[in-house]
Amino acid sequence: MGITRIDCDILIIGGGAAGCFAAVEIYKRSPDCNVLIMEKAHIERSGCLAMGLNAINAYIHPGQTPESYVANVEKQFEGVIRKDLVYSIAKGLNSAVRDVEEMGLPIEKNDDGTYKMRGKRSIRICGERLKPILAEAVCKTKAQVLNRVVATNFIYDGERVLGAFGYGVRNSNFYVVKAKAVIVATGGASGIYRSNNAGEARNLIWYCPWNVGTGYAMGIRIGAEMTSFENRFIALRVKDVHAPTGIIAVGARSKQINAHGEDYLECYYKHLGGNKCLTHHRLLATIEETKAGRGPCYLDTTTLSVDEEKRLKEDFLNMNPPIILLWAANGMNPRTKPVEIHGTEPFIVGGHCQAGYWIDKDRRTTIPGLYAAGEAAGGAPKKYVSGSWVEARIASATALEDIKGFPHKKIDDSLILKEQERVLSSLNKKTGVLPHEIRERLQKIMDEYAGGISMNYALHEERLLEARRLLRCLKERTNDVKSENNYSLVDVLECIDKLDVARVLVEHLIYRKETRWSCYQARLDYPEKDDKRWRVFVNSIYNPDTDEIRMVERPLDR
Amino acid sequence: MSIYIDENICNGCKGLAEARCERICPGDLCYRKENTKAAIRDQSACWTCACCVKECPVQAIELRLPFQISCNAASLKAQLKRNRTIWTIKDASGQVEEYVIQARSLKGD
Repeated sequence: MGITRIDCDILIIGGGAAGCFAAVEIYKRSPDCNVLIMEKAHIERSGCLAMGLNAINAYIHPGQTPESYVANVEKQFEGVIRKDLVYSIAKGLNSAVRDVEEMGLPIEKNDDGTYKMRGKRSIRICGERLKPILAEAVCKTKAQVLNRVVATNFIYDGERVLGAFGYGVRNSNFYVVKAKAVIVATGGASGIYRSNNAGEARNLIWYCPWNVGTGYAMGIRIGAEMTSFENRFIALRVKDVHAPTGIIAVGARSKQINAHGEDYLECYYKHLGGNKCLTHHRLLATIEETKAGRGPCYLDTTTLSVDEEKRLKEDFLNMNPPIILLWAANGMNPRTKPVEIHGTEPFIVGGHCQAGYWIDKDRRTTIPGLYAAGEAAGGAPKKYVSGSWVEARIASATALEDIKGFPHKKIDDSLILKEQERVLSSLNKKTGVLPHEIRERLQKIMDEYAGGISMNYALHEERLLEARRLLRCLKERTNDVKSENNYSLVDVLECIDKLDVARVLVEHLIYRKETRWSCYQARLDYPEKDDKRWRVFVNSIYNPDTDEIRMVERPLDR
Repeated sequence: MSIYIDENICNGCKGLAEARCERICPGDLCYRKENTKAAIRDQSACWTCACCVKECPVQAIELRLPFQISCNAASLKAQLKRNRTIWTIKDASGQVEEYVIQARSLKGD
C-alpha cells in the first residue's frame, strides 16, 4: 500500500449534485483554480440521485417570491429554520435550474418557453440521467476527480482544515489531499435506523444506502458545531419500494385514503388542516390511521386517466424503477388498485430536513478552511436538489474569496501516520467483530430506544438515556472490528461514521424537551410544542479528547 | 434477488480495465469473476437503483424484486440511447411493455 499525496486549491468531498455543481461554479469564476473532487463511488451515478429524479421541488414560479418561499418553509418547519439561509437559497433557485438545463437536463415547458408548473414550487423534469449530465459538465472543466476514494477524515491541525484523508478502494492507496479550502458536499445519513425491509431486501430503502453520514461524522470528529440532528426526516412513501408519493399526490392529485376508502385527512384530521395539512402531519395521520385500525392507507390512483397513468409510469422510471416492477410482478396498475403508503425509517438529512453543519450565511462552517453545501449543510430544509446547487454556488464563491493569497500549510507527518493506522487497523485483525454485526446492533438500538419504526417514531427520556448508554458500549467494541478486504474495510469505516452520527443524534433528541415536529421529533414525555422555551436551534460540539458531546443553543433570529 | 446477470449475454466488458457495471455501481457491489463475467457480491446490499442495468451495453443485467417484496417474477431492462432511454418491462404473465423516455436535450433539438 502506498501513499498518494496531492495538493490542490479547493477540495470538494462528495461528487453528488452539490459537489459537481460546486466544481463547475469554481471554474466559471476562477479558471486557473486547481479543484479536486473526492468521490466514494463514481460521479456519473453516485449518491442519492443515482436512481434519477423526476421533479425539482424548489423553484420560484411567477407569482411567488423568495419571501413567500421562505414563509412556506418556515410554516412547514414549525417556525424553526434559518431564514437567512433559506432566503439566500430562494434567490438563487431559478438561475441554478437554468444552468443545469443548459447542461442538458430536459425540463417540461409551456408553449411560451416558461417551465410548466407541476406544483406550487415544483417543475417536472426527465432526470433519469441527471447525474451523468452533471458529471459531464464537471468533465468539461479542469477539475481532477478521484473516483472510488473514500474520505476518512479531515486533515486538521487543531486550528484549520488543511485537506482530507482518503482510502482508494481500487488501488488500496492511502490519499493525503492538501487543500487551501475544503467544501464538504457529502450526503445525509441512512442506515442509522432499522429499515422496513429485512434480509435480502434490507437495502430497499428510500435514501441511498451508501450515504452514511461520513461528512457529518468527519466534522463531528474535529469538533465542528452541528445543528438540528433531532429534526429527523421520515418519508411517507410507497410501501416496500419507497417510491416518492409527491409525484402522485401533487403530480396526479390523488387523495390519501384509508382501508375504508375514506379521505382520512379530511374525515379525521381537519384540525390539522385536512388535505392542506403540513408534510409531517400527512405522515402523522397515516400512522394514526393504522393505530386506529383503519389501515392500510393508500394514495387513490384509481381516478387517473389512461394518459395520466402512462405519464405517472414514465415519471417513476425516471426516478424509482422498482415501483414499476412491483406493479408488473403483482399484475396491477395504478388505475386498478390504489397505491399503499407507509412511513420509512428515520434519516438524518439537510435537504428535506435541516440536520448538518452550523454555517454562516456564506456557508462557512465553524472550523476555518471548511465550507458546507447541500445535504451536509444544516438549517435550511426543503432545499432539495436545486437548493443544494445554490448552496454549492455560494460555498464556492466564499471559498475562492477566502483562499486569495493563502499559502499551503505544512502537514505534520504524525497526523498522516495516525489516520493511516486508524483506517487500516481493521484489516490486520485475525478475529473480531464483523461490520454487519456492528450495523445490526446499531440499528436495533436506534429502532427500539431512539424512536424507530417499531416504536411509531415516539421518543422519551428513559429510552433515550438507554440508547446513549448502549451506543457508548457499542463504540468501545468498534476497536475490535475486523475487515477482510477493501469492500468490508469501507463497511467498517461506514459503521463507525454511522455510530458517530447516531451518538450525536441521541444527544439532540434528549436535549429538545418538547414536541416540535410530529413523528420527526415527537416526545411522549413532552407532547406539546413549547414556543416560549424551544424556539431555538439545538446544536452540538463533540470533544474528541474527552469523548463528550456539549449541547449549545442558538437563537432563531439572525 | 435484486439484479440478475445473464452469463450467456454478459461478455465481462472484455478489454476494459473494469466491467461497466463494476465501474458504475454506487454501492461497489459488481465485480468481474476471473476477469470473464460480471457478478454481484451481495444481493442484500443492492438498492435496486438500476444503474448497472442502464450501463450494460449488451443488456445482460435485469432488475428484479427480492422474493419477500413480491413472490411473482417480473423484470426490467434498459437501453441507453444518446438522448433517450428505452425501458422493457416483463410482467408476471410474460407480457412485455416498452417505454421510450427522453433523457437529455441535445443542442439543436
